[in-house]
Amino acid sequence: MAEVEETLKRIQSQKGVQGVIIVNSEGIPIKTTLDNSSTVQYAGLIHQLVMKARSTVRDIDPQNDLTFLRVRSKKNEIMIAPDKDYFLIVIQNPSD
Amino acid sequence: MEIVHVYTKVRAEFGRQCMFSDRPAELLLDLQPDPSVGQTFVSRNPRDVAPQVCRAMSEHQVNTERFESSSCGMNHVEGGWPKDINPAEMEQTIRFRKKVEKDEGYVNSVLHLGSVMEHCSRQNNAADIYQDYFEEEEESEEGQETPFAKTINVFRDPNEVKRTVTALSWHPDSSRKLAAAYSCLEFQKSTRDMSLDSYIWDIENPNRPEMALKPTSPLICLEYNPKDSHTLVGGSYNGQIAYWDTRRGSQPVEFSSVEQSHRDPVYKIIWLQSKTGTDAFSASTDGQVLWWDVRKLSEPTERLVLDLSREGNLDRALGAISLEFEATMPTKFMVGTEQGVVVSCNRKAKTAAEKIVCTYEGHHGPVYALQRNPFFPKNFLTVGDWTARIWSEDIKESSIMWTKYQTSFLMDTCWSPVRPSVFFTVKMDGVLDHCVLSPSAGPQVCDQALYSLRVQDNGRFLACGSQQGGATLLEICPGLSTLQKNEKSLLAAMFERETKREKILEARQKEIRLKERSRSAQSREEEGGGGGGGAREEGEDSPDQLISNAENNFYNIVEAELRRRREKEEEENQEKDVCEEKEVKEEEEEEEEEER
Repeated sequence: MAEVEETLKRIQSQKGVQGVIIVNSEGIPIKTTLDNSSTVQYAGLIHQLVMKARSTVRDIDPQNDLTFLRVRSKKNEIMIAPDKDYFLIVIQNPSD
Repeated sequence: MEIVHVYTKVRAEFGRQCMFSDRPAELLLDLQPDPSVGQTFVSRNPRDVAPQVCRAMSEHQVNTERFESSSCGMNHVEGGWPKDINPAEMEQTIRFRKKVEKDEGYVNSVLHLGSVMEHCSRQNNAADIYQDYFEEEEESEEGQETPFAKTINVFRDPNEVKRTVTALSWHPDSSRKLAAAYSCLEFQKSTRDMSLDSYIWDIENPNRPEMALKPTSPLICLEYNPKDSHTLVGGSYNGQIAYWDTRRGSQPVEFSSVEQSHRDPVYKIIWLQSKTGTDAFSASTDGQVLWWDVRKLSEPTERLVLDLSREGNLDRALGAISLEFEATMPTKFMVGTEQGVVVSCNRKAKTAAEKIVCTYEGHHGPVYALQRNPFFPKNFLTVGDWTARIWSEDIKESSIMWTKYQTSFLMDTCWSPVRPSVFFTVKMDGVLDHCVLSPSAGPQVCDQALYSLRVQDNGRFLACGSQQGGATLLEICPGLSTLQKNEKSLLAAMFERETKREKILEARQKEIRLKERSRSAQSREEEGGGGGGGAREEGEDSPDQLISNAENNFYNIVEAELRRRREKEEEENQEKDVCEEKEVKEEEEEEEEEER
């Protein structure tokens, strides 16, 4: 339990990180550092995106699987680390 | 007549085994042909039919109806919670979350994901991997790609009976709205149930017009006020002018009175530059040009009759089809007429007679469109019959440049507001041409005849209107909408050269005419006076000598002209039509014929 907190704190303290969200496989946000409405929005939208990305990767090669997803936009970068039951979403402002 | 066969069986025999036996055929019924029935049929011509052992099939085309779609937003609310937990209740959700956090799978996952994430996050901070290199370098001109225009959207007339799009006007500020005037210009072709509306379209939404303007008579021309983007003025089929304010709704704010308006359809109306920003003037085929103040549309502020003899006689006036007004030259304006003459007028003249300054003849048919070059206001472009012509204000005899005779009528034209040497024309066969001072065929925009054309102020978009009521929005390729280096100076040089050529031709013609007149005057004097033999000899010799002299002069001049032109052509690097030369020669030959 404490290690989880420590890990999340470490990520949060990285330069440029704006928010961290942990979402479960049903799209329910478990832990978040942002406000509720943004969290819910991110959780819902990113869940679908990860499902789509994962199915794309596996369609091309069934032995393959999605390990990481980066969505870079004009204002920031959304990094998503998927797992079997949970995702970790980090929103960061890149280094410029 | 019923055919009945009765079959009886004794009850005692039911259920017994069937004993089949053979017996000869028995005639049950014989139906004779009834000739009286044959009267009701008509005998057909014997025809050869080739039967085929296959299923009879027919070809059938199906077009689904156009699907009307509208966009609307959707509100996403929190979800995904298991059934027994109410997302609104904070306690339950917190309890759920705490439970998950205690799960071992959760802890392992997060630790693993955390390390992956840290790696990437640090990567981001280490170097900007998407840095833009070579940002400062300008985009160099790409090679000669064929210019094109891409259709972005088509705005169709939503009514059943389709009308022609006779005028288009872009919204002055946002360029996201387009006003289109719809009417049926063919004589007496408009049906009773034809809608009178004209529409304002938002270019993002081609399914439904943003607003409808409801006049009492279909609008032929429509213009946004360049100073006040909420107001529009339109000229209608019955000669009235109407004034709208889009904030006030679809009905016109004011209408001009029928007695004081035009008596023919108003073909063009333009806003004027004035302090109040409420002045406009309109032209119609009844031969009048009227000035209006839109605050008081009950009568025009000024009236001009396009009578070339300057008498103000309405019966002899020329019908006006197009108007031109350039804000940089507020006192002058030009009118294109049905008779093919462009009349240049001065607004500030005191008397009506002085208003008409000069005329430019050259078209065989009505001058449908007229526009000054936004970069070189002394040159203007006209379109009518099958050609487009460029004129210089100083040369009144003929245009300085003109296109080849095209295969179909040219209906409208406009200069590109960005590039001084590019102009667009639309034709009756539905083709939009762009001309970089020499026509090159443009893409076929649609199957129907195109009637109107308007380029948006930033030069990228173009709208053209067709006979069936569809307004097409096109995007012009970047090659045609970005100013090239030296373009202005090259074009200026070209215009100057052509103007000089025309001037020389004009001067030459005047000279020839003068000589002819003076010689004929001379010979008349001599005949009348019965002077000395020497004089008579001169008189006798002079016709032949005149002719040979004139011929020699003519050929010399043509050669000199050709030489000069060849030299000039080597300098310039834009193509030009060679038929001009031939036309010049023909003109000169015609002059020759007249002299003889």
